[in-house]
Amino acid sequence: MYAQMVKTASNGVKSHDEMSDKERAFQGRIDADEKIEPKDWMPDDYRRTLIRQIGQHAHSEIVGQLPEGNWITRAPTLERKAILIAKVQDEAGHGLYLYCAAETLGVSRDELIEELLAGRMKYSSIFNYPTLNWSDMGAVGWLVDGAAIMNQVPLQRTSYGPYSRAMVRVCREESFHQRQGFAIMMKMATGVAAQKAMAQDSLNRFWYPSLMMFGPPDADSVHSEQSMAWKIKINTNDELRQKFVDQTIPQIEYLGLECPDKTITWNDEKGGYDYAQPDWNEFFDVIKGNGPCNKERLAARVKAWEDGEWVRDGLLAHAKKKAARVAAE
Amino acid sequence: MSNEWPLWEVFIRGQHGMSHRHVGSLHAPDGEMAIKNARDVYTRRNEGISIWVVEAANISASSPSDKGPLYEPSNSKVYRHPSFFDIPDDVGAM
Repeated sequence: MYAQMVKTASNGVKSHDEMSDKERAFQGRIDADEKIEPKDWMPDDYRRTLIRQIGQHAHSEIVGQLPEGNWITRAPTLERKAILIAKVQDEAGHGLYLYCAAETLGVSRDELIEELLAGRMKYSSIFNYPTLNWSDMGAVGWLVDGAAIMNQVPLQRTSYGPYSRAMVRVCREESFHQRQGFAIMMKMATGVAAQKAMAQDSLNRFWYPSLMMFGPPDADSVHSEQSMAWKIKINTNDELRQKFVDQTIPQIEYLGLECPDKTITWNDEKGGYDYAQPDWNEFFDVIKGNGPCNKERLAARVKAWEDGEWVRDGLLAHAKKKAARVAAE
Repeated sequence: MSNEWPLWEVFIRGQHGMSHRHVGSLHAPDGEMAIKNARDVYTRRNEGISIWVVEAANISASSPSDKGPLYEPSNSKVYRHPSFFDIPDDVGAM
């Protein structure tokens, strides 16, 4: 999931009695599956939590371009290169849809970007891992986008209208991403021994970080309850992680690769696989800024923002001059 | 950070003679750039053949608290719907 550990801007779920009349009416609308729209009244905590969550989601789309951008100039064929450019362009679009959704809550895009660049807002932990070989483009599309889809499909039903509509657009485009990733994996896994080894290496490195994308286990997930009552989080972290594992294991078998988790076993009783937890200490360390690429990723964003300043200013100055000229005529 | 480009709302008309439909928003310094950006963001998969952009600040919108006065009057006027009228089957399709 692209938004991890979003801190809910409240202390636990309010009971019906603790709510004001306005809050009760608001919760009633959510319970009746009505969409909340920008001009509707909403509790401050709902607004603040959504800004954090949508902002983090948007930042993830933008920072998520970097690990893939790394391979645009090194794609093995012109066709692969064109496909990768199209995918990275989609991610920019997804970031835009999400920033716009956040802006309807009364925050500006520049404010959100400043928060990211100052290190006060986060993006998904997954993008702090490096993409070391071409097969990683396959693994990212297949596993990382696959995990993101798992989270984003239910979010199409989220209570906040603009967020829900952004998710509908994102999901429509995202399945191209996952399929192109799996197509790369198929090519690599059925190639010569060296290619198959690269595919296996990618899977080994991306398996546990992909499981981390869903956030900490439910028992340690302190912010979920209120967000679920507000329907800005639809499933628990463990539910989605289980679904992801169950979907992915048969695909690994299809590719003829081996899951790096050797403890994987089918559990008939629960109708799903038992799997090993990722190293949660590593996860918290990456979130804190100590992953392999945190500094590089943020530095790239800061550089892009600063190097682009003259373009932003220049185009605005030109637009103002043109408008003044038209007004004078 | 006062130099943020204004926000534009984007409307696209699809292939089959439908009306322009709101698809989302974006930032751009002026209308011309807004259309170019809208082309790049909202029509990457043949979604449309015509683009309108309107600066968001120029849109007047109704307020949710006006819901009652604006829409309730039509609730009681059921005769505006064709199903209000009972026409015998013998008359044939109408």
